[in-house]
Amino acid sequence: MADPNIHRPMALQETPVILPGHDFETVTETIAEIPLSRRYPLGWIGFIAIALFLLAVLHMALGYLVMVGIGIFGTNQPVGWAFPIINFVWWIGIGHAGTLISAILLLFKQQWRMSISRFAEAMTIFAVACAAIFPVFHTGRPWLAAYWLFPYPNAMGLWPQFKSPLIWDVFAVSTYATVSVVFWYVGLIPDLASLRDRASSKLKAILYGMASLGWRGSARHWHRYEVASLILAGLSTPLVLSVHTVVSFDFAVSVIPGWHATIFPPYFVAGAIYSGFAMVLTLAIPVRRFYGMESLITMRHIDNMAKVMLATGLIVGYGYSMEAFFAWYSASPHEQFMMWNRMTGQYAWAYWLLISINVVMVQFLWFKRVRQNVGLLFVMSLIVNVGMWLERFVIVVTSLANDFVPTSWAHYTPTMWDYLLYAGTFGLFTTAFLLFLRFVPMISIFEVKTLLPQAKVKAEP
Amino acid sequence: MADIPETTPALHGVMAEYDNGQALVDAARKTMAHGFTQVEAYSPVPIEDLNTIIHKSRTVLPGLVLTGGLTGMATGFALQYWASVIEYPINIGGRPLASWTTFIVPSYELTILFAALTAAIGMILLNGLPQPYHPVFNVQRFSLASSDKFFLVIESRDPKFGAAAAFLRETGARGVYDVAE
Repeated sequence: MADPNIHRPMALQETPVILPGHDFETVTETIAEIPLSRRYPLGWIGFIAIALFLLAVLHMALGYLVMVGIGIFGTNQPVGWAFPIINFVWWIGIGHAGTLISAILLLFKQQWRMSISRFAEAMTIFAVACAAIFPVFHTGRPWLAAYWLFPYPNAMGLWPQFKSPLIWDVFAVSTYATVSVVFWYVGLIPDLASLRDRASSKLKAILYGMASLGWRGSARHWHRYEVASLILAGLSTPLVLSVHTVVSFDFAVSVIPGWHATIFPPYFVAGAIYSGFAMVLTLAIPVRRFYGMESLITMRHIDNMAKVMLATGLIVGYGYSMEAFFAWYSASPHEQFMMWNRMTGQYAWAYWLLISINVVMVQFLWFKRVRQNVGLLFVMSLIVNVGMWLERFVIVVTSLANDFVPTSWAHYTPTMWDYLLYAGTFGLFTTAFLLFLRFVPMISIFEVKTLLPQAKVKAEP
Repeated sequence: MADIPETTPALHGVMAEYDNGQALVDAARKTMAHGFTQVEAYSPVPIEDLNTIIHKSRTVLPGLVLTGGLTGMATGFALQYWASVIEYPINIGGRPLASWTTFIVPSYELTILFAALTAAIGMILLNGLPQPYHPVFNVQRFSLASSDKFFLVIESRDPKFGAAAAFLRETGARGVYDVAE
């Protein structure tokens, strides 16, 4: 990943970041053609039909939840936290890959990120939107929850409890959502100007023109733009690391065995990036195929993403081993029981399934043959996301179902509404992503151009 | 504008078109060396040299972002201190009301939020955007400035504007156009 020669791909005998044969015009043409086209591809219509159906399921589930209350969920004592927090952590973790690609890899001057940053960032925004549904709606009466989530002067004179990690989470996630949208939009401005200048109809020219704010690409514009992009990347980097750290505080600051662990922040961040890259692969592999983007999203990108997945997967595996080690080393009977219960108790199947995915299966990514096999990677990326969902399930449910007092132990089973709400968020995510693919350039046009010889300028003689 | 020469009442400037970034940078260097002052370059990709050559100054944006970030930090801390100590003090197990360490996370997040918003909004406003109309859009070929062509404009308020069109033709431009105001 930290390859210093990455800007000289030919010298490394690797697949180049962009396949030969592209110039400024073909790059603009290839990418801008999709949002400007009058045609709605049949496959797109088919996918959005399914996505809209799931979106309707989401509305139904939320409507029923608001009408009846959170009793429709399987969540009950002693498992007072279940599907909503699992799904929240899962979705927000997925978002982290987008920010990693657009911010951290920008700071490290990893030029391969340019082809995938735009839609990875879009994925971030939509994933955070899906994640936000859970903490808001699991309160049952979200309009009443506002006063203890947000600091605003209310008629009761109440203020949030700022010593609680749950309030930190509100600040972290809302900042993350806002900054992600801002960063994404700033990145879009020059490309929206490209669409404005190529629009076939007056209406499109006006809409894209308004969205591009009248961008002209003058030397002054670009200078401030580049400074702003670098600053935004510099700000997003500590932000993305803080978000999953704060999410892990929701658990780590409590005294529940299996949650009260200092390894949680780095372990959660690595897990987030791991699942996020899996989701980027899940999206990138079909998208590059269906839209014929193989020359811009090359095997180099696929290979690098698989490597990032491997690296973060190994960190996650280290996290699992440390959890087990500390449970033993703590000499606390509750911690030791928690670990033993995870491995052999009522949810042992989930634990061993996640170990076989996140620790065993991920080792196949060491092999270049596997990383070059797009179909296999696609399947693996789906399985990894299942594995990361199971990780959160195991952490949340096993610690609560068998807590300190054996008389209160119970078995947690999710209800139909738990599943429907989760499935519904896929509808929101997929609908938003498909609309993005249709109306916004899915790859950053101007950034990809900077990789071409036409953009290169010699230093002053 | 009062300083537009009377001979060309409706002209924003003259525009030259180039095929690549190198040609534009070379032309910009020549233009500045020749003593033109009201010059602007337009390119489909960022070329940092152009700002150095033409404008010679860097943006004030980093300073604004620092101010924005510090304001965010102060806001976050003040909000929590005021809510927890002054407006709504609750004694929980005798813990101090002003437990500043727990205020770090929201202050940190608001630092980033304010700084990021300053960076984005500052960039947009300093660039004079949103600006739906600009004279350069009157040139038909300029629609390629966001695709694959590079442009250099000498504006009519330049004192040496009379010689501008003839000069630009000598810089290797593939076309020179008048830019209507």
